[in-house]
Formats: sequence, C-alpha cells, structure tokens
Amino acid sequence: MAGAQLGPAASIGIEKMYDFEFDRPTSIQAAVDSLKTEEALAFSGGQTLMPTMKQRLAMPSKVVSLSAIEEMKGVRVEGSELWIGGATTHATVMRETAESYPAISSLAGRIGDPSVRSRGTIGGSVANNDPSACYPAGTLASKGVIVTDRREIPADEFFQGMFMTALEEGEIVTAVKMQIPDAAHYAKFIQPASRFPLTAVFVARYGDGVRVAVTGASESGVFRWTEAEEALSGNFSAEAVDGLATPDGSGMISDLHGTGDYRAHLVKVMTKRAVAAC
Amino acid sequence: MPKDGGIGASSKRREDIRFLSGTGQYTDDINLHGQAYAYFLRSDVAHGKINGIDTSAAEGMPGVLRVFTAKDFDGVGGIPCGWQITSIDGQPMQEPKHPILAEGKVRHVGDPIAVVVAESLAQARDAAEAIMPDIEDLPAVMDMKAAVQEGAPKVHDDLTSNLCYDWGFVEDNREAVDQAIKDAAHVTTLELVNNRMVANPMEPRVAVGDYAAHSGESTLYTTSQNPHVIRLLMGAFVLGIPEHKLRVVAPDVGGGFGTKIFHYAEEAFCTFAAKQLRRPVKWTSSRSEAFMSDAHGRDHVTKIELALDADNNFTALRTETYANMGAYLSTFAPSVPTWLHGTLMAGNYKTPLIYVNVKAVFTNTVPVDAYRGAGRPEATFQLERVVDKAARELGVDPIALRRQNFITEFPYATPVAVEYDTGDYHATMDKVLEVSDHAGFEARAAESKKNGKLRGYGIAHYIEACGIAPSNLVGQLGARAGLYESATVRVNATGGIVVMTGSHSHGQGHETTFAQVISEMIGIDADQVEIVHGDTARTPMGMGTYGSRSIAVGGSAMVRAAEKIINKAKKIAAHLMEASEGDIELKDGAFTVAGTDKSVAWGDVTLAAYVPHNYPLEDIEPGLEETAFYDPANFTYPSGGYACEVEVDEETGRVEVMGFTAADDFGNVINPMIVEGQVHGGLAQGIGQALWENCAYDEDGQLISASYMDYAMPRSTDLPMFKVDHSCVTPCTHNPLGVKGCGEAGAIGSPPAVINAVIDALHRGGYDVPHINMPASPDRVWAAMQGAKANMGAAQPAARSTDTAEGRSV
Repeated sequence: MAGAQLGPAASIGIEKMYDFEFDRPTSIQAAVDSLKTEEALAFSGGQTLMPTMKQRLAMPSKVVSLSAIEEMKGVRVEGSELWIGGATTHATVMRETAESYPAISSLAGRIGDPSVRSRGTIGGSVANNDPSACYPAGTLASKGVIVTDRREIPADEFFQGMFMTALEEGEIVTAVKMQIPDAAHYAKFIQPASRFPLTAVFVARYGDGVRVAVTGASESGVFRWTEAEEALSGNFSAEAVDGLATPDGSGMISDLHGTGDYRAHLVKVMTKRAVAAC
Repeated sequence: MPKDGGIGASSKRREDIRFLSGTGQYTDDINLHGQAYAYFLRSDVAHGKINGIDTSAAEGMPGVLRVFTAKDFDGVGGIPCGWQITSIDGQPMQEPKHPILAEGKVRHVGDPIAVVVAESLAQARDAAEAIMPDIEDLPAVMDMKAAVQEGAPKVHDDLTSNLCYDWGFVEDNREAVDQAIKDAAHVTTLELVNNRMVANPMEPRVAVGDYAAHSGESTLYTTSQNPHVIRLLMGAFVLGIPEHKLRVVAPDVGGGFGTKIFHYAEEAFCTFAAKQLRRPVKWTSSRSEAFMSDAHGRDHVTKIELALDADNNFTALRTETYANMGAYLSTFAPSVPTWLHGTLMAGNYKTPLIYVNVKAVFTNTVPVDAYRGAGRPEATFQLERVVDKAARELGVDPIALRRQNFITEFPYATPVAVEYDTGDYHATMDKVLEVSDHAGFEARAAESKKNGKLRGYGIAHYIEACGIAPSNLVGQLGARAGLYESATVRVNATGGIVVMTGSHSHGQGHETTFAQVISEMIGIDADQVEIVHGDTARTPMGMGTYGSRSIAVGGSAMVRAAEKIINKAKKIAAHLMEASEGDIELKDGAFTVAGTDKSVAWGDVTLAAYVPHNYPLEDIEPGLEETAFYDPANFTYPSGGYACEVEVDEETGRVEVMGFTAADDFGNVINPMIVEGQVHGGLAQGIGQALWENCAYDEDGQLISASYMDYAMPRSTDLPMFKVDHSCVTPCTHNPLGVKGCGEAGAIGSPPAVINAVIDALHRGGYDVPHINMPASPDRVWAAMQGAKANMGAAQPAARSTDTAEGRSV
C-alpha cells in the first residue's frame, strides 16, 4: 500500500484509513500537477486531516504531502513584511519569529502540543480555516496576504466562513505574508478539552489604525471586531474596550463548553486583555 | 530514619522498570499464531428497532471469515448482572437481558449490532461498512425523571417500565426521618447532579480469544481487574464453559478505575468466535469505541435535605436519588447507588436518622457502573455540599459545624447499617487545616483580590467503606458473589518465594508492596519474593481488585498464608536444631532458639522442606506451600479531611486550583510513596470531575463528548503541587496488617472540597450562588455569577446553577 511510505503503519493507525495513493512532490508545480487527480487532497502536516482519515470521515483518492517542497518553507523578514512559507511548521514559526514578531511567535508556540507544533503548518491551518484555529486570527489581524500557486489573496477576502476559504480546487497556499505591527498580542481563552481557543483575540496596532481579529467565537469563523478597531484606533486602551457594547451573541457558537452569550462576553474580555498586554 | 525495606519503606516500584522501558506485556502485545481480527459495527442511534441486518455483501468481502449477528448466539446466555437489589415493595429489580449483540433493538449509541471477523483489521472494518442494518428510529429515553412517568417510551419493551428498582434505606426509619425533618429548627435542601464520567484508562480494552482443539480448552486474554470473576461469569452464565476448561489471563493492565471490573460482550464474543472459527480472535478497542462501550460512572440526580436542631446538631437526613443505569445492567451497576452509596450517608457525622431513596432508571445511554469510589463519591459529594450550604444559611463556620457533629466514639454503629471500627476525625481535620495553612488563608485571599481574583477555601471531610467485603453480609444484600480474597505462598527449595494472589495489579504496585510485606514477615530481601497475579491458571480463585480492597483483603490472605508457612518452617527448624517448637524465633531470615546461640538460616529450612533427609516426616509433610482465603469481618473505614483553595477569574468564570491538601487516615501504610501516588491520582480524577470532565449526551441520545476534543481530561499543568499527609493513623482493628486502603480516597474527598471552594470564592466576591453543578466549567461559573448579579441580594438560584429540574446529567 502506497500509504506505508508515511511510516510504520501501527504508529499512525493507517490500518484504520481507507486506501489512498501518496505523493510527496518536491516543487510547487509538481504538487499542483499531482493535485489534479480527482479527489486528491493536499496534506500539509495533517494534524486535522490524519485524525479525520483515521475516523474514515475523509476518503481522498490521493494524499499529496507538501512537506518536501523546500521553496514553501522558512521565515523571512523584508522590511516591515514577514514572509512565512506555507509548509513551515508551528515550531519553526515559534522559533524564527521570536524577535521579528513576538506575538505571532507566541501564537505559534501555544498551538496544540509539541508533536502538533512539529507537524502542523501555517499553510495547512489557514487553508483549513477551522473556526477555532489560531492562525486565521493572527493572519487577519496582521493585514495578512495569502500567497498561492496562482495569486495573492488579502486575508480579508480569504477567510469566508467556517472551514470556507477563497481557495479554488487544487490551489495551494505557498506562503502567508503579514505586516509587522507596532505592537500586538494574542489573548487566548482555551476550551478545556481540545485546548483550541474557546475564544481568542489577536490585537495588532499599526500607525494607521488597530486591527482586532476574533477566533473560536463565531459561527462564521474568524472575524474582525470593527467596533473595537474603531474605538482602539482613537484610544488604544483597555478602557476604550470597556466602553463598548458586548458583541451580539446570537451568531456565536453555542456548545457544551459555552453559550453564544458567553463567547460574546469573552470576545470583549480577551480584547481588553490583549490590549492591556500590548 | 526511613526504612529501606519491608513495611513502611518507600521502596521503588519494581514493575515500573518494565512499564517505563516499553517491555510491559499488555493484552494488545499478545498476538497468537493465526490470529484473526474482530471489528464491531456499533449503533449510531440511541434507540431503534432492528428490522433486519443484511450481511450478504460483507460476507463476500476480501479476507472475511464470518459475520456474526444476534442470531448466531441462540442458546448463548446474556451478560449477567452480579448484584440483585430488592425494591421497597419487596419485588426484585427488573433485570433485562443483555445480549452479546443487539437483539431486536439497539439501545444506545455504541450498542454492537454485528461483528466481522477477518484476516486483517482493515478488511474487517471495510466489510463492516458493507453491512446494511435496517434500523427504525425510536424516541430516545434520556431524562430519568421523564423516563419513569406513565406512558414514557421504554428502553426494554418486556419490562413494565424504565424503573429498574425503587430502593428505600432504611425503610424502618422513613417515618421517623420525615417527622424529624418536620420538627427541625432548620432544614437545608440541595438539588444537585453528580456528572457522568468516562473512566478513560490509558490502555483501552482488548480481548483475545483462543481455543485449543486438542484439549477443548478456551483461553481469554483480557484487560480485566478480576480474571476469576470474568471466568466465572462468562463460563457459567454466558458461554457454558466449565471453569476447568476456561483460562482467563489479565496480564499487564494499563489502568482500570473500575471500568475493567465488568464482564463485557467483547470478551465473550472473542472467546466464542475463537471456538467457532478455530482461530484466535482479537479485538482492540479504539479510543472512540471506548467512549461508547466502556461502562461510564456516576450520573446521579439527587435531592438532599439536612435537618438541624436549634443548636445546629444534625437531627435527620433524607435523600432522593435518580441513578442512571444506562441501557443494560452492567456487572455491579445495581449495587453502586445502593449498598455502596446509601450505607455511607452518615459520613463522619452522628446524624441519628437517615433515609435514602434511590430510583434506578434505564435510559438509552451506555451502561453506568462503578468508577473510582463507586457510590461513595456520590454520597460524600451531596453530604459535604449540603453541610457547607447549611453552614452558610445558618451563618456559622463550616469547619465548626462539621466538628460539632463529628462522631468521636468508636466503634460507632450508624443508622445506615455499618459499624465504623476506628477513626479520629478531629485529628484529620486538625491536620488538613494545619498543612493547608488555613490560618494564612485570609492573607492569601487579600493578595488574590489585589490581582483581581476571587479566592475561596473549601473543606470536605469524608468516610469511605473499603476492603470489600464480608461475604455473608453482601450475600444478604444481594451480591451474587463472595468477596473474600486468596493467596498461595510457594516457598522454593532455595528459599525464594512466589506469592500467587487473587488480587490484580493494574497500576497499584502490588508487585512491590506485597513483596514488602513478605520481606518484613520473614526477614529476607524483597527481591527474593515474586508476586504472581492476573492468570486463573496460576493463581487461586480470587475476586480481584476494586473498592480499595487489595491490601486489606488480598494482603490479609497473603499474611494468613505466610503465617502458615512460618508456623511450618518453625517446626522444621525446631527439628533441625533439636529444640522445642515453642522456643523458635524467626528474625532477619534466620531461625534461632530462644536463650541459645543456635541458629539455622531460612534457606536451610526451605531446603530441608524439599530435600527431607533430616526431617520430621512422621509429623509434617514435605514441601512449603500454603494457601489461605481471607474473608473480612467488616469493611475498613478510611477517612480524611481535604482542603481546596481556588482562584476564580471574575471576568471569565475560570477556576484555577491554587492548592490542594489531603490529610488521610489510611490506618497502617505499607509503602508511603505508593500511597501518596494513589492519592495524587485520585485527586486528579476528583478535581477533574469537579472542574472539567463531563460525559454529555444530547436529547436524541447522541454522545456529545465522544472524544478528547470535547471530554476534558485533567492535565498535570492544571493541577497544583498536592500536599498529602497520612500521619493520622487509627489502625483497622479487624485485619492483620491494620490497613484500610487508599485507592479511591482522593476521588471521593476532592469533588466537594473543590465545589465548596468555588462557592466560597463567589460568596466572597458578593455573588450569592447556592450551588454549581459539576463540572464547574468557566461558562457555568460565569452564568452563575450573572444570575446572582441579576438577583443580587435575594437568595435566588443562579442561572443554570441548580439545573436539576431535568433528570439527567448535562
């Protein structure tokens, strides 16, 4: 079975998955070509896809790993712009942005656990757009641009709702670009079981205004809290957040771990804490 | 000086070398030649009528050896229940059939519908997807209070209702209790939920069945806490295999916490299928399967009323509990809310009148049975919560109220049928206050306030009944088994000793502690002593490990057998030294004659026993091997004071445990380090229940917390450094080691201490919240604060804080 290339079967539970082909191209172009196979899926760390496949909730004909594409790896700073290759792991981002963009380093360093951080990648995270993922908030707040094999998409247009993005069939996230702000902080309140954000807020302050991105809370996935952005652009202080009305809880996620109203409340609390920590 | 061996020494756990170096031999490590793999197709609906199961496509799939459904089990018994409860009206409980595979209906998500046995697991799983069950959805029975109403849909159509039993205890006290509550100066009432738990042992369940055609013997390798119990139940009641043709092996087992006591369908299936197919058949549970097939724990909905006189003396206690049985009766399920719960309702207090009513209810959920503490945590939680609430209502110190009502004279016969032999509750209360620095709390609270946090201090005092149990007593109470324990002590010719114990170690460290006891008794090194357990072919009939019984009952059996060994060895030594038997002393591994310098070594005597050239053959047999069965005269009663300190984040409702102190009286302690470890583990599980863990179903019977994405396990970073003390010792009076047991205490005493601390913190912040159901998750605590804010100044229940109108754990 082709999948055996992934490693010893017993250690990853491959016997639990449907059969699939496995490809590990070494260039972006080869990956794009490989993904043209019907029902092929890109695999960039697989920290969501692997458990999904083990539960037989996904049946890709082919899994195209992006982990051998050197041109999609690494972290570069060009002026005020941070470039992170799509196949760069959270652990690498944590290490290599510690000086250039500490808030992103901190975000990356708090995703999952060491094994998740050593496998999971920024490209995989933004492409999946889990409504409780951390990177979408950091990217959206940081004036992010998602670079693909065929175009550049501003984060404001890229994230389109729970697990929905602007990506076309077979399109690969090759890099994520961010503008390094004057100050930033990611305030994360964890869901006690998954340790994903129950609600988390990324605040970034730029010369021309403040951006506030919220993850974990909304039924529509990551979003910008524009009322807070306006208030903070005028007065960057926790008190400015205090003065705002709590966002409407009706569009917020309600589950075992918190009601929509609770999450709406947390949006405000976490925003305040992020600002205070900036 | 701490001892470096024997009783009281913190000897390192010898079994950890193999566990930590990857050389443990767990059930999943057992792979037999020619083994086939079983995959269970499980129901994805909570309740449905099976109109048919089309297995034809699956049967033709590659590698498939056979597909099994209920019709293949004609003439095979159901999974038996080991305890019968009698209702108030004198009727025995309703006991539905628990088939190996679903018959006619599926009754919970996870109920097995069919099994594929194939050459590989992947083939079995592929084929299972080709099975076409025709299942007609039925309304799910989820709410216990609704389930016992007239006309409610029934989980079992052949029963008269969903009520398993309606138990009153002690029925003769009922009227007096009612009267005392009417006459009371004050009555504190509390409605609460004891949340449903998933045990989550690190090792999921595994079963490997094997059949030897040449001898007609079946062997089951299984993840069990009690292989002999499985052999008896499965052999006699399910498969009709005589015990001498059935061997059950439970090798290294990676945690049990109760959920590996019970006999499960998968064990019977693999044993049955191995014989049918003449192939070994293996099943390994996935973690997802474990969530929906391992018996769950707790899930009680309770109303408790505590009556006090004008001087704050407890005068009566009345409880009404709905106990969830799930869809079928698991092995010991009926005993948990009754005899393991009602008998503990006196707690540490001299309340003269107690009445406990328990309604056990069938629902479309996974069966519920014993989980670390089993009934005793449920009793302790409600009692320690209601006492705290009473103190708050009366404006008195909760510690003083407890002290005023403590039992101080022993033995003490409670009004709920048990007699405490020893204890000193003021001592453990003093100790917990001292070790937790209760005196310094206000200063710490002030410090927390400066940091914007509400700090609370919660106390709980518990009693538990361990060392289960006197067989004649439990027989009268409906147990269908005895609860003695056994040991064979085999001394080899060269002096080494093998102890074959009926107790089972699945993390407890018996291989270390049991050897320490023998080492102490004989005066030889512990590494001369091997402890064998977990195999019906190698150990005498034993009842296994649960209910903190191993050292108290299994250890006692071992001591009795070792005493027989020593008595016989003294006779041999007397012969060798031509002395009188009465003058022989055994010390430090040598026999001496009192008042002389004569001495023979332990090894000389053991050699003489097996090479009996110079031996009193006319008086005693050769050899040195003895067996003892020990049936305890009473339960043991560990007790202790627990203190929890929390900080509540007022903005988010998040609770952080800042400190936790346990001051336990376990009687005599064999290995302090292992005892401390047991308490640590129990505390983690108890704090986990109080703050994070919650097995939740939706109204349709779908399991919401079906993985670690939603079921919150405690992690080391969530917990403070525990302070554990067991210097308060009142030895048990009726077993030879004076031991009481320590395995469950942590999980029993900690949940009320945590919730009491959370409530204390909220009150200190001005939030009048009477109660919060477990887990006190951030959203619940926040909602309770919002509710209290809305009703500030009035004693109104907070939003969602006493949400027991619903008869289920959510």
